[in-house]
Amino acid sequence: MAVLVFTESWDGKFKKSSFELVSYAKAMADSIGSKTIAISIASVSQDELNKLGIYGADKIISLSDEAFKTLDNQVYTKLIAELADRENANILVLAHNNTGKALAPRLSVRLKAGLVSAAVELPSSYDPFRVYKKVFSGKGFVHQVVKTQKKILTLSSNSFELIESNTTPEIEEYSPEMSAVEIKTTVVDIQKQTGKLILTDADIVVSGGRGMKSPDNWGVIEELAELLGAATACSRPVSDEGWRPHSEHTGQTGKIIAPNLYIAAGISGAIQHLAGVSSSKCIVAINTDKDAPIFEDADYGIIGDAAKVLPELINAVKEMKA
Amino acid sequence: MKIFVCLANVPDTTTKIKFTDQKFDETGVQWVINPWDELALTRAMELKEDTESPVKEVTVVTVGTLGSEPTIRKALAIGADNAVRIDAEPEDSYSVAWLLSEYLKNYEGDHLVLTGIESSDYNGFAVGGMLSEFLNVPSVSGVSALDIEGDHAKVSREIDGGLEQVVIKTPFVAIVQKGIAKEPRIPAMRGIMMARKKPLEVVSPGSFDNITEMLDFELPKAKPQCKMIDPENAKDLIGLLQNEAKVL
Ligand SMILES: Cc1cc2nc3c(=O)[nH]c(=O)nc-3n(C[C@H](O)[C@H](O)[C@H](O)COP(=O)(O)OP(=O)(O)OC[C@H]3O[C@@H](n4cnc5c(N)ncnc54)[C@H](O)[C@@H]3O)c2cc1C
Repeated sequence: MAVLVFTESWDGKFKKSSFELVSYAKAMADSIGSKTIAISIASVSQDELNKLGIYGADKIISLSDEAFKTLDNQVYTKLIAELADRENANILVLAHNNTGKALAPRLSVRLKAGLVSAAVELPSSYDPFRVYKKVFSGKGFVHQVVKTQKKILTLSSNSFELIESNTTPEIEEYSPEMSAVEIKTTVVDIQKQTGKLILTDADIVVSGGRGMKSPDNWGVIEELAELLGAATACSRPVSDEGWRPHSEHTGQTGKIIAPNLYIAAGISGAIQHLAGVSSSKCIVAINTDKDAPIFEDADYGIIGDAAKVLPELINAVKEMKA
Repeated sequence: MKIFVCLANVPDTTTKIKFTDQKFDETGVQWVINPWDELALTRAMELKEDTESPVKEVTVVTVGTLGSEPTIRKALAIGADNAVRIDAEPEDSYSVAWLLSEYLKNYEGDHLVLTGIESSDYNGFAVGGMLSEFLNVPSVSGVSALDIEGDHAKVSREIDGGLEQVVIKTPFVAIVQKGIAKEPRIPAMRGIMMARKKPLEVVSPGSFDNITEMLDFELPKAKPQCKMIDPENAKDLIGLLQNEAKVL
């Protein structure tokens, strides 16, 4: 028996979400008395691989062959399923990010394993296997029961604390039997978001809505974000208008995030927007309209003009840092 | 080439969600095309109208009971050529994907399948990926742009921390998200009239099993009241975030 974790790295470094995943998997493995095994498909140094041990990986299976660099959902599914069978894994966890969303459903079919998407906590019971999760984009909760022997979960980022257990992992360099010629997906171009924090990974997010009036007014959002080490986000009309890139759009039809702090400036708090941000631990709303629905979901509110309030907050953060 | 667009019938996104006996209460609910599927359909229509693209036909496929037909008719009014309703109550992502695959696997012509990345009701993020595995074809997920040239597609997909342009041969399943089309299309009067006469095939499915179950629905817990800060002393917020909320 094993809990298998699919980890991801970026330029040779593991993402924070991967450490969260390993911590989460380790907690499950402890409850059912099994091992925690991590898979890494990328070229990652031995030192970096060992970091997965800090969070409890007993074993790491590393596939560093550059031929498998391109994410081909079908090929990755075969690779992971093969390892899941070989390791006799009964639980498989992936991050609830772009890659996890692409692979988990395919694996569910291939392994005939029931899937729970976007889990935010540990299963409430293992037999029957029950996980508490959001439905209706946060307007409800449900207990999802998985009836198959094998189970797959995707874990929402920022929803599980990092827990150090300092294991010394065994590392296996894996060369798969299947050949990379099966890869059907060809990447012809890639635009990496450079220097900026990835929105779904960020602990703090500063977000602007239509109340910011014009894309020219985003300087204060960016400056505050920079000072706080935060990522920037926006409401849907803002990205629809092309004021900001689609990748920043949060909400039901955009990104779903759960930072520790979400600062919403000039956002009315439409139900579809809240669907993407309501899991934030603390929400701050800045809005000229005292009746804006965002205040119902916010922890702290300021009724005022964002163009005036944000510069004051910038000054206050500078003072705090000084 | 033919594009199949898989449509889910979901409660309008502004629906006030109610649970009765810990089950979703459907009384008074307005049903709509799942928002991502609506964008997928819009893109499919744009491709069909583009004389340079090989797309000649758009078919929508839904797993649903009779009650989902108004939503299917809306898709026909938007412009789909024909529709298929697989007559079953959607149980879980796995069974829905299996039912779709049982229908789609028989199609031998040149084609492409589009699904939305998630459905706004049970947020499973799963049908598209599961369908591709059942069909044993490639899939591309997080698709925010799609063009077709001959027998291959050019696709933009979101990765964590960027965007990739990918080339892939048809058939495959494109799992689409925001950006794939600018605004969802709204049916015009003429479209609504024509939709009544368009073919809607009803298929009786074989037996199937769900492998997960949703039990004991409940509403989110109420949030404590928002603490208001005087705009004249906006600076106080930073202290509160630091010392009270402890998030800075
Ligand atoms: C199917 C569907 C899916 C959707 N998905 C999403 C989604 O994923 N994400 C999303 O965000 N929306 C989504 N929407 C749109 C959503 O319904 C709202 O229209 C949108 O969130 C509103 O964006 P906003 O708050 O920026 O703009 P508005 O609603 O126009 O609000 C602007 C706010 O700014 C305030 N304001 C004005 N001037 C100032 C100022 N100087 N200082 C401070 N405040 C000011 C106003 O009081 C107002 O509250 C969806 C809609 C539908 C139908």
